[in-house]
Amino acid sequence: MSGRAVDLPPVAKISPFYDPRVRGFVYQGLLVLALGILIYGAASNAIANMQARNIPTNFDFWNKTSGFDINFTLIPYSAQSTFGDAFWVGLLNTLLVAAIGVFFATILGFIVGVARLSPNWIVARMATIYVESLRNVPLLLQLLFWYNAILKPLPGVRDSIVIPGLSGKPFAFLNNRGLVLPQPVFGAEFDLVLAAFGLACLLAAGFWFYARKIQRETGRRLPSGWAGLALVIGLPAIAYFAAGSPLTLDYPVLRGFNFSGGARVLPELVALLLGLILYTATFIAEIVRAGIQSVARGQSEAALALGLSGGQVLRLVVIPQAMRVITPPLTNQFLNLTKNSTLAVFIGYPDLVQVFAGSVLNITGAAVQIIAVTMAVYLVISLLTSLAMSFYMRLTATVER
Amino acid sequence: MKRISIAIAAGAILAFGATAASAGTLDQVKQRGSLACGSNSGLTGFGIPDDKGQWTGLDVDFCRAVAAAVLNDPTKVKFIPLTAKDRFTALQSGEVDVLARNGTWTLSREADLGLLFAAVNYYDGQGFMVRKKLNVNSALELNGASICVQQGTTTELNLADYFRSNNMKYEGVVFANVDDVIKAYDTSRCDAFTTDVSQLYGERIKLVNPDEHVVLPEVISKEPLGPAVRQGDDQWFDIVKWTHFAMINAEELGVTKANVDDKLKSDDPSIRRLLGVEGDFGKGMGLTKDWAYHIIKAVGNYGEAFERNVGEGSKLKIKRGLNNLWSKGGIQYAAPVR
Ligand SMILES: N[C@@H](CCC(=O)N[C@@H](CS)C(=O)NCC(=O)O)C(=O)O
Repeated sequence: MSGRAVDLPPVAKISPFYDPRVRGFVYQGLLVLALGILIYGAASNAIANMQARNIPTNFDFWNKTSGFDINFTLIPYSAQSTFGDAFWVGLLNTLLVAAIGVFFATILGFIVGVARLSPNWIVARMATIYVESLRNVPLLLQLLFWYNAILKPLPGVRDSIVIPGLSGKPFAFLNNRGLVLPQPVFGAEFDLVLAAFGLACLLAAGFWFYARKIQRETGRRLPSGWAGLALVIGLPAIAYFAAGSPLTLDYPVLRGFNFSGGARVLPELVALLLGLILYTATFIAEIVRAGIQSVARGQSEAALALGLSGGQVLRLVVIPQAMRVITPPLTNQFLNLTKNSTLAVFIGYPDLVQVFAGSVLNITGAAVQIIAVTMAVYLVISLLTSLAMSFYMRLTATVER
Repeated sequence: MKRISIAIAAGAILAFGATAASAGTLDQVKQRGSLACGSNSGLTGFGIPDDKGQWTGLDVDFCRAVAAAVLNDPTKVKFIPLTAKDRFTALQSGEVDVLARNGTWTLSREADLGLLFAAVNYYDGQGFMVRKKLNVNSALELNGASICVQQGTTTELNLADYFRSNNMKYEGVVFANVDDVIKAYDTSRCDAFTTDVSQLYGERIKLVNPDEHVVLPEVISKEPLGPAVRQGDDQWFDIVKWTHFAMINAEELGVTKANVDDKLKSDDPSIRRLLGVEGDFGKGMGLTKDWAYHIIKAVGNYGEAFERNVGEGSKLKIKRGLNNLWSKGGIQYAAPVR
């Protein structure tokens, strides 16, 4: 580089007034300043307006008793809890839907995306029909459809469908209030099982690294996957029985209107997840298909010629390269799924928007603060997701040769 | 999405609107030439568009009465349908001039939301509706039940109180839109549906088989429903309050939509003052002196509006009960025009 620069004629020093870099800084600075003034003006005007109208302008409500119940909570909550607690309940419910949704939408999306390229005509056609039909129907309609499709055929509580357990006695019940399952009750000794699980994970990881080293050095492949699986399942199982089976099940019993005891999966949650997963998976499938098609044909031909099986070609050669194309738009889909989960209000699932930007906002009247917090939450979730995905990108970046 | 957009609109108005926007509602309405009335999105008897797209209901007639008093034309009203959750934000931000949407008058709504309830145009209480075939005769038998309820209502809070104080458990299934509440109840997602009793009757009509449902006898709360305005505009507050009072006084004095023109010739000083034949009582509120005449000419007195919308002349057939005049065993009472 520097060697070539010598050949160029010396550049005359330009005045800072004409220097594009200096100019850029000045313009950007002015923009930031103007934006700051605007935001400050808007905020102080809003506060003045709100105070003039006796609308609360602070977060005093956060620690006040909420007075309303929520029918699905991951942390203890009652009508005597605070509005702040209600916020956390809503947030966790949103994160739960987002996490489960993203997980299954990705798996389904990959399967369908690969299926669309399948040489098997029927498989490819079915995948295409699925993608084209669900992608083009508004999500809200799909959610309402699933909600009704789940509720309508299911019987009432007293006529629940009984799912028998191994011992023959009722294990779970399915009705229009949801799926009622036995609730696991963990004994104190269960910590041992958890510890065994942790240890197994460590051992499996160690073995995997060892196997990789061996393969690099000798080309010999050790069955690291199977060994890992055996460790992760076997060790906790041994610990479980050694500790005297420290896990009991609290079986649901029908009392009056509803089951008491046990844990319940709400129909609202199932409908929301079904809708979000099936809808988002169509987009992910298209992204995966485009990603795979972007990998040069010669790559898989070469891999096949080397003697890899069809599955291996996909797993070891095509997908790793396709991931570079897939990951950025995939991140978008994860964010979309999270944001779309706010449609929960229409089918009665208590997510963040329903609980916090809904009930809490209405009772406290602190609209501006609550909407600001809600938007900030979705922003943070988005940023964290993007961050995680770009970290993943960097981790798996293939080296160009 | 609409909920969020209302909140954002509210934020924008608060952020960029002039600070003095809350004063002078009367002038704004006159200038605009129409009243912005926050109303229900579809509640039989209170606020619902009929098959011709005409708004009808007790709250709707109330807004028509305000428009008649202020603009001398009951048709100059723009009805803005609001869900339970959005309604107060819409009023706070100035999107509507008055909120006549079966809203319960509570302390926190006045003190914390910056609103004022001007009058009570329907005394109500919260009740429950269940399927007949459940064989439930009292709300106290609802232990463990799933109950469908609309978000952002006093209903949601009373429900929690009632079950807690009676040591009962329940599952509240909450929706933002009333139609989703009704649909969920109708598909048996819930054992019971709860809201103000008048609304139970109004919503029952929407069910697939209305006759298969009964309203339980318990009334678990006080729900004084009435029109609300923003704080900080006393003149406007007076106008809304006295619109209701004029309708009550008219009923008490026997002035009706049909006979109001004859009553202009009445010798009764109370009637003469009400209709603006004697004195000029509109002036102090920034109205013409025949403001109450226009109200009665347009929608009739309170009793007429009641019977037409929720009473004998309607599908709901609700008895006057508490909403009868104080002189007839009810508690509807108005300060005198003098
Ligand atoms: N009076 C109660 C409840 C009023 C209310 O919103 N009732 C519901 C239940 S029927 C309703 O009118 N919904 C109609 C809608 O949202 O369009 C309150 O002010 O909180």
